[in-house]
Formats: sequence, structure tokens, C-alpha cells
Amino acid sequence: MAKVLLIAEHDGTSLNPNTAKCIACAAQIPGAEIDVAVFAETAGDIAAEAATLDSVARVLSSEGEAYRGALAAVLAPQIVKLADGYEYIFGPSTTFGKDLMPRVAALLGVNQISDLMSVEGERTFKRPIYAGSAVVTVEVPGGVPVIATVRTASFRAVAGGNSAPVEALDLAAEMPDHTRFIASETGKSDRPDLQSASRVVAGGRALGSEENFDLIYKLADRLEAGIGASRAAVDAGYVPNEMQIGQTGRIIAPDLYIAIGISGAIQHLTGIKDAGTIVAINKDEEAPIFEVADIGLVGDLFSVVPELTEALN
Amino acid sequence: MEKILVGLKRVVDYNVRVRVKGDGSGVETEGVKMSINPFDEIALEEALRIKERGEANEVVIVSIGSGDAQQQLRTGLAMGADRAILVETAEAPDPLSGARALLEIVKRENPELVILGKQAIDDDNSQTGQMLAALWDRPQATFASKLEFDGNSARVTREVDAGLDIIEVDLPAVVTADLRLNEPRYVKLPDIMKAKKKPLDQVPLAELSVPDSPAIAEKNFEPPAARERGIMVDDVAGLVSALKDKGLL
Ligand SMILES: Cc1cc2nc3c(=O)[nH]c(=O)nc-3n(C[C@H](O)[C@H](O)[C@H](O)COP(=O)(O)OP(=O)(O)OC[C@H]3O[C@@H](n4cnc5c(N)ncnc54)[C@H](O)[C@@H]3O)c2cc1C
Repeated sequence: MAKVLLIAEHDGTSLNPNTAKCIACAAQIPGAEIDVAVFAETAGDIAAEAATLDSVARVLSSEGEAYRGALAAVLAPQIVKLADGYEYIFGPSTTFGKDLMPRVAALLGVNQISDLMSVEGERTFKRPIYAGSAVVTVEVPGGVPVIATVRTASFRAVAGGNSAPVEALDLAAEMPDHTRFIASETGKSDRPDLQSASRVVAGGRALGSEENFDLIYKLADRLEAGIGASRAAVDAGYVPNEMQIGQTGRIIAPDLYIAIGISGAIQHLTGIKDAGTIVAINKDEEAPIFEVADIGLVGDLFSVVPELTEALN
Repeated sequence: MEKILVGLKRVVDYNVRVRVKGDGSGVETEGVKMSINPFDEIALEEALRIKERGEANEVVIVSIGSGDAQQQLRTGLAMGADRAILVETAEAPDPLSGARALLEIVKRENPELVILGKQAIDDDNSQTGQMLAALWDRPQATFASKLEFDGNSARVTREVDAGLDIIEVDLPAVVTADLRLNEPRYVKLPDIMKAKKKPLDQVPLAELSVPDSPAIAEKNFEPPAARERGIMVDDVAGLVSALKDKGLL
């Protein structure tokens, strides 16, 4: 038996879809017995949701006001208290998990695997490096827990239908007050979430302005797609940072990805290489995006995109 | 603030197309352009701006690496750092050992603020800042895109998947820099000359008595699964029918 502790991500009310992908990864460890830990101000609904996920043995839930904002400095000591007896401690490779898991690892005095993309054996895994230009096989030495963030785009979410028991935790670890959560500014939108959308339309520097990005929104609406962007488009202020796809943004795996006016820099491509079908629209036939595109169209986006939106009517 | 400590890592330049060695033992670094990790450059730029605003007196840069990393430290000095420390080691340390080495430097220097890049673009680990903060038992503010000070605390805007988070941390603290924190300055020639006279101390890693940590072994390197180049279509009608063929419409 291999005991796995998996840290759930949530937004305060519901479970983040990445959690089910993390569980899928953990379930590939031979003999995995997976406990999901939920730390939240009000954990009830989130824990109940986690309990429905396949492969989950138990849900451990801990409530407290201090969990607001999911601060690593607050969460890490709780996880360390809980860590005893677990051979594996996993979290998602999202900004939540990347912030938290190295703090946990350091407190436990062990190293951490970032962006775990495949399970090759009990203690052997693969992960990408150099913006995905290379894949390295890593092996964790015996006698220490395996701490990892999971590259969730590499795994398909487990199904629901389980009814695992939920147990309340009383950890009583210290709650440091040197770090305080002030506020979140999240771009709430009715569009499909970029991370879990089955279709994503993304725009690059070529859009030229925030107003012109409207072309992307219209096409996305027609396709019921999520919306992404290159770093250049975010840096230029056309769209907010949460839309950035790539090495330092979101890593996504939609069935369909349409890149519009995006050149295809390696730092961008690493965020989309798991997409089912990549479509590229670019006026430069030499653009590197065409080297990875399944369907390419050379043309001016300002005429092609409205025409495409119209054609999908 | 008396002092800001900034970490600079020497990495393969972000413009280099990295290739895996034929025998799978690593990636090709021979004769390849090396630079300061872009996120660390942003970290340094932020520290310099804080100092230039009169909110800090000294900016110290530190690199853990081989003697070659002196080049990157000299560039950092030319950007405006006051002095540099090279923690010398032939072998790149694992992240935990790196964080422990930085902790020893932190104990010697007593900075009120440590700014590191949010990740290094070679191993893409994104761990060092968080680990240092944990070992130091101090706050961490990762993925920072804005930094403001108010007496003994800092207000940090963080780029997170859902948008932006704002947190407040007591100093001393560790901040890790994201891309949009600032745009680093270009180094001017006279500054490169001046940088040659600035102090650069060398400390062998062994001298810091960092305990052994269980390193994760890197067994094999391989190129990523390649995506095949697909088809080109002539117009929107062609695109729509290609999408239909794939069952995507
Ligand atoms: C440390 C680091 C991290 C990075 N992380 C990321 C990341 O996470 N994500 C990311 O995306 N980038 C990242 N980058 C930046 C990356 O290197 C590129 O600079 C960026 O992706 C370029 O964005 P772009 O394709 O929109 O712009 P450009 O490269 O300028 O490409 C614009 C494209 O639009 C085309 N075009 C112009 N006009 C038209 C038109 N009218 N119709 C059709 N096509 C047109 C052009 O032919 C060109 O191919 C990172 C860089 C660094 C150094």
C-alpha cells in the first residue's frame, strides 16, 4: 500500500477541476491509497465534492478563518502536521500548488518534483524542463516522502460517483500571522474556464489593442470556447494576466486550440502541446506556430477571423 | 530598509533552442549563450528601483554556481547592484541545498528583503524562494507583479491563475518576481567599466556547511514527444471543412 496525501485546490466554495486530475495521477502509483485534504474557511461543500471522486479513500477536512486566501505560510505547517505516515504528498502544479508545495517540502527537509507529467514507477517520474524542450526522468531516493506538484494537463480527471468518508481534522498547528491575505481581484466571467474548457481561442500581439481583442471574444462565443493569450498580448494590456498561456502562464489541454496572431515561441508552445487539435491563423507562413499546428491558415486575422465567426453562424 | 538580497542564476539564454544530448545524459550547454535568468533580472531591477526611491540603502546580489557565474554577477553589478557574492560549486545544488545555502548567506547579511525570480528557466522548478522562506521561517510572496512598502511590512500583488491576489507580509520576507513586476534596464558601457571595481566575494559552498539533502536523481533526458506538422488550408471554407473532418464542429 502506498499512502498518498493530496492537497485539494478550491476557490472557497467549490473544488478546482485540477484536483480530479491530480487524483488521476496519484491513482497511477502502484497500490495508491489516496486521502484528499481540504483546508477551507467553510469546508463542507468542497469536501463533499471531493468525496464523490473516484479513487479517493478518505477526505480529510480542516476548517478555519485563517485559511482564507490559501496562504502557503498558513497551510504548510498544517500539512506538515498531517504528513506523518504518507509516502506521497501531491498538489496541483497551479499557482496554488507551486506556492505551497515547496514550502511543505522544505519544512520536511526533502526536495520536491515540479510539474510531474508521468508516473514511471513507485518512485520514478517524468517532468519537463527548459520550457518543455526536454523531458527528464527523475527518481526519488528511498526513505523520504515523494513531494510533487502535478502537471494536471498531462492527466484526465477521474470520474465522480464515489462516496468516500469525510473526516474532520484537528491539527492545532501554529497559524503564523506574519502573512495576511488582503483581497483577490479575479476576472469573473461567464465564459468557460480556460483551464478546463474543451475549446480555447487565443490571441497574440497581432491583435494590436484591447478593442481589437473583441474579434477573439466573438469567435470564442460562437464556439463556446475559453479565451487565452500570449504573453505579449498580456504585457501590452490587451487582456488580464490570468489569460496567459505558456511556460509562465496556464498549461492547458483543450480538444481544440486556435492560435490567432501568435508566433509560436517555445515559451508559449509549452502551454498547449497537449491540445488535441491546434489551429493556427497567422499572416507569416514562416511563423513557428505552423510547425506544430494540425491545421494552418496563412492570412490576415482582421479579415479571416470575422469571416470564420460568420461562417460558424 | 538597510539591505536587499537578490539571487541571480546563470542559465541558458531564453533564445537558445535547447537540445538534448544524444546519449541522454543532459542538455547541450557547450558553446551555448548563457545569461542571467530573466526572472532574476526582474528581481534585481525591482531591488534597484526600491533603492533609487530611497527605500533601501544597499542591494547585494548572490549566485550559487561555478566560477563562470561571475559574468552574470558582473552584469548585475553593472545594472547597479552594490556588491556580489558567488557561492562557488562545480555541481549545481539541488533546490533544497540551494535554499539552505541562501539561508546561510541570509544569516550573514541580515537583509530585510530577499527577492528571487519566480522560477529559473532551465529546470523550471519554481521552488527556491518558497523553500528559503520556509527554512528562514519568514513570509513568502511568490509571483509578485507589484510591491509596495509601508513601514515594516510590504503589500504584494501576486499573479495567480484566477487573476490577482493581494497579500501583506511582515519584513523580513522573501518575494519572488513575476514577468510583469517591471522591465529591466539595459546595461550601459560606462557602468560595465564601473562594475569591474565593485566587490565580488567568493565563498566555496562547502564553507557554508549546508547539510546533505536527499537529492532527486536525474536518470535520463529525452526530447519531448514531437507534434507532427499538419495540413495547410487556403481559406476559411477550407478551415471549416477541416474542422468538420476532425469532428470538431
Ligand atoms: C522568461 C520568459 C517567459 C515567457 N513566458 C511566456 C508565456 O508563458 N507565454 C507566452 O505566450 N510567452 C511567453 N514568453 C514570451 C515569448 O518568448 C514570446 O515573446 C511571446 O509568446 C510572443 O507573443 P506573440 O506570439 O503574441 O507575439 P509575436 O511573437 O510578436 O507574434 C505575433 C505574430 O502575429 C503575426 N501577425 C501580425 N499581424 C498579423 C495579422 N494581421 N494577421 C495574422 N497574423 C499576424 C505575426 O506574423 C507574428 O507571428 C516568455 C518569455 C520569456 C523570456
